[in-house]
Amino acid sequence: MLSVTPNTAGVVTLPKGLVGAGFAPVADESRAINGTVGDITAVDPRMTARNVNVYYGDKLAINDVSLDIGKNEVIAMIGPSGCGKSTFLRCLNRMNDTIDICRVEGEIKLDEQNIYDSSLDVVPLRAQVGMVFQKPNPFPKSIYDNVAYGPRIHGLTSSKSELDDIVEESLLKAGLWDEVKDRLAETGTGLSGGQQQRLCIARTIAVAPEVILMDEPCSALDPIATARVEELIDELREQFTIAIVTHSMQQAARVSQRTAYFHLGQLVEVGKTDDIFTNPRHGLTEDYITGRFG
Amino acid sequence: MSKSEQQQARTIDRVNTTLAQRYGRERRFRRFGFFAVVLGLAFVGVMFLSIIGKGYSAFQQTRILLDIEFTESVIDPSGERDPAVLSSANYSALIKNSLRALYPEVKDRKEKRELYGIVSNGAALILRAKVMADPTLLGSQAQLWLPADDDIDMLVKGYIDRTVVQSERRVKDNVIAWIEKLESEQKIGKFFNTTFLTGGDSREPELAGIGGAVMGSLYTLIVTLLLSFPIGVAAAVYLEEFAPRNRWTDLVEVNINNLAAVPSIVFGLLGLAVFINFFGLPRSAPLVGGMVLTLMTLPTIIIASRAALKAVPPSIREAALGVGASKMQTVFHHVLPLSMPGMLTGTIIGMAQALGETAPLLMIGMVAFIVDIPGSAMDPATVLPVQIFLWADSPERAFLEKTSAAIMVLLGFLIVMNVLAVILRKRFERRW
Repeated sequence: MLSVTPNTAGVVTLPKGLVGAGFAPVADESRAINGTVGDITAVDPRMTARNVNVYYGDKLAINDVSLDIGKNEVIAMIGPSGCGKSTFLRCLNRMNDTIDICRVEGEIKLDEQNIYDSSLDVVPLRAQVGMVFQKPNPFPKSIYDNVAYGPRIHGLTSSKSELDDIVEESLLKAGLWDEVKDRLAETGTGLSGGQQQRLCIARTIAVAPEVILMDEPCSALDPIATARVEELIDELREQFTIAIVTHSMQQAARVSQRTAYFHLGQLVEVGKTDDIFTNPRHGLTEDYITGRFG
Repeated sequence: MSKSEQQQARTIDRVNTTLAQRYGRERRFRRFGFFAVVLGLAFVGVMFLSIIGKGYSAFQQTRILLDIEFTESVIDPSGERDPAVLSSANYSALIKNSLRALYPEVKDRKEKRELYGIVSNGAALILRAKVMADPTLLGSQAQLWLPADDDIDMLVKGYIDRTVVQSERRVKDNVIAWIEKLESEQKIGKFFNTTFLTGGDSREPELAGIGGAVMGSLYTLIVTLLLSFPIGVAAAVYLEEFAPRNRWTDLVEVNINNLAAVPSIVFGLLGLAVFINFFGLPRSAPLVGGMVLTLMTLPTIIIASRAALKAVPPSIREAALGVGASKMQTVFHHVLPLSMPGMLTGTIIGMAQALGETAPLLMIGMVAFIVDIPGSAMDPATVLPVQIFLWADSPERAFLEKTSAAIMVLLGFLIVMNVLAVILRKRFERRW
C-alpha cells in the first residue's frame, strides 16, 4: 500500500540526511540538482575524476562527482561547510585512506593511471600529488630539515650540495628564502603563521609534484599573509597544477581559472571563474556567491 | 531610563551580589589545595626524618684498635708460605692473643669467651686478607682498627642503655667496663662503614652489606629495561599505528589494561612455572627476576606509550604522509620522536615499580640468603627491597639501623634513576 504525500509543485525533495542544518532549501525549480551544470572537462587534463562517490560509514559524503583538473591551472572548489569539497580534494591523493571508515567509489585518474587501482602504491602517488593543509603543520625540526625531508625520503638527491640547492630553490619559489636564509637551522615551528604555511608549501614543492592540493591554505592566516600566499599560488601555476579548496569567494575569484561549486556532496556547477562569479547558471550557485547562505 | 539600561543595571547588581560568594569559593578551594600539598610534604618529611634518623648510624662502624702480632708459629709453623696453609690458618688466635695482652686480669674461661666476643668474627678474615696479600707481614707487629661486634657497636652508638639492670640489656657489666677502658684510652672509635656499601649479606650485622643487593637490583633492572622498553614500545606502536581496529585488537587492549591491575605475585608464580620449571632457567637469578618484572612493567609501559602516541597531533602524520612518507617512515621519523618523552616517563614509572617490587621475586627464589656479590645476571642474587624485608625480619638490634639505611640506599637508587630519566627525556623533548 502506498501512502501518497501531497506534493506542492516545485518543492525539491532532497535525499534524507543531505538536508543541510544551516538553511532551508529554497523551494524553487532552479535549485534542484540534476547533475552538474557547466563543462566538467579541462582542455588538457592532468587528473580526471569520474562518478566519484565517497562514504563515511553509511553516510554518503560525495555523490557522483566528475571533474577534470587541467594542466597549469588553478581550480578552486567552493561551497558551504560540509559540502564535501575537502573530502573530494583528499580523494585526489588518497589522503582519505587514513580514515578507517572512509570508502571511495568511482574512478580518479592521474595521467591515465587510476589512482584507486589496487596495484597502485600511495607513496609515489603522494610524491606526485602533494598537499598543503588548512593549519600550517611544519615538522618540529629545523627549517632546512622540513624542506629537505621529502627529497631525502624519496632519495631525490645524491649529494649534500644537491639537497642544499633543492632546499634553496623550494624556499625561493615559496617566497620564504629571504626571510629564513640566515636561520635555516632554527626550528620551523618558531616561524609566524604565514611563514609556516609558506614553509609547508616549500616542503611540498621540494618533491617536485605534478599536482598540489591546497585545503583552505589561508584560513588560519591574516590578510597580509593571505595575500602573500595567493601571490605565490599564482606564480606556482606556471609549473604545477593546483587544486585549492577555499571558503573565501574573493580568494577563489582572485587565484583560480576555473571554479567548482559543491553543495551537499554534489558538484553543482563548474566553469570558468569569471563566468561563475559574473553569470552563475545554477540557482544554488547564485545563492551562494551572492551571500544568501554559506 | 530606558528598558535596556534597567536590564543592564539589574544584571550588574545580580553579578555583584554573588561575586563575594564566588571569590570565597575560589579562596577556599585554593586553601584546600595548599593544605593538601603541605600535608603531603609533611608526611614525606616525617618519613624521611624517621628513616634517616634511624639509619644514618649504619654508615658508621665501631672499630677497636688492637696490637696484632703476626706470630709465625701460629700462622705458618712450617715457614713455607704455602697459600693453602696461609688461608686456612687460625687468625682469630692472633686477635685472642692481643685481647689477652690488653686485659691480663681476665682469667676465667667464661669471661675470656666474653672478651673475645667484643671483636667481630670478621676481624679474623681481615687479618687473613692482609697476610694473603702480603706474606712478609708474618713475624711483624701492627696496630690495627678492627670491627667490633654488633652489640658493642650498638653500645658505643648509644642504643644500649648502660644504666638499666644488667639482666635487661645485652651487654654485661664486665664488658661495659672493658669498653669504658678502651674509650678512656681512645682505642675504640667510629669510622665510615665501607663494608655496608660494598659487602654482601651476612648473619653478623656488623659484616652485613648492601652491595650484593645493589648489584642484584642493578642486574635485574638492566634485564627488565632491555626487555620491557623495546617490547613495550613496539607493542604500543603496533597497536596504535598499524593494527586494524577490530574485535581482536579491542580484546588485546582490554587485556593489557587488565594486566596492569594483576597482583604482582601472580607474575612471580608465572615466572616460577614457566621460566624456572619449564625452561629450566636458574633459580634466584637476576635474569629470571628481570623477566618476571618485565611481565609486570609491560602493561604500564604499553599504556603510557599508547597515550603518548595518541597525543601526537594528527597534523604531523598528515604532513608526513602528504609529502609521500610511508606509514613506517611517518611513525619512525615523526611520531615516535615526538612521543618519546611520554614513553620514557611511562618506562621510568614502570622501572620504579620494578625496583620496589618484592612479592614476585620471593616466588622465584630471590629471597635466599646470599653472601656473594653477584657478578652477572646469572648468579644467584637478591634485590634491595627483598634485602630490606630480610633485615627487617632479623632479631638483632643492629639490623634495625641496617634496614633503615638500606631504605635510604633504595631511595637513593630511585633518585639516581629518575634523574637519569629526566636528563634523557630533556634530550628528546622538542618544542612545538
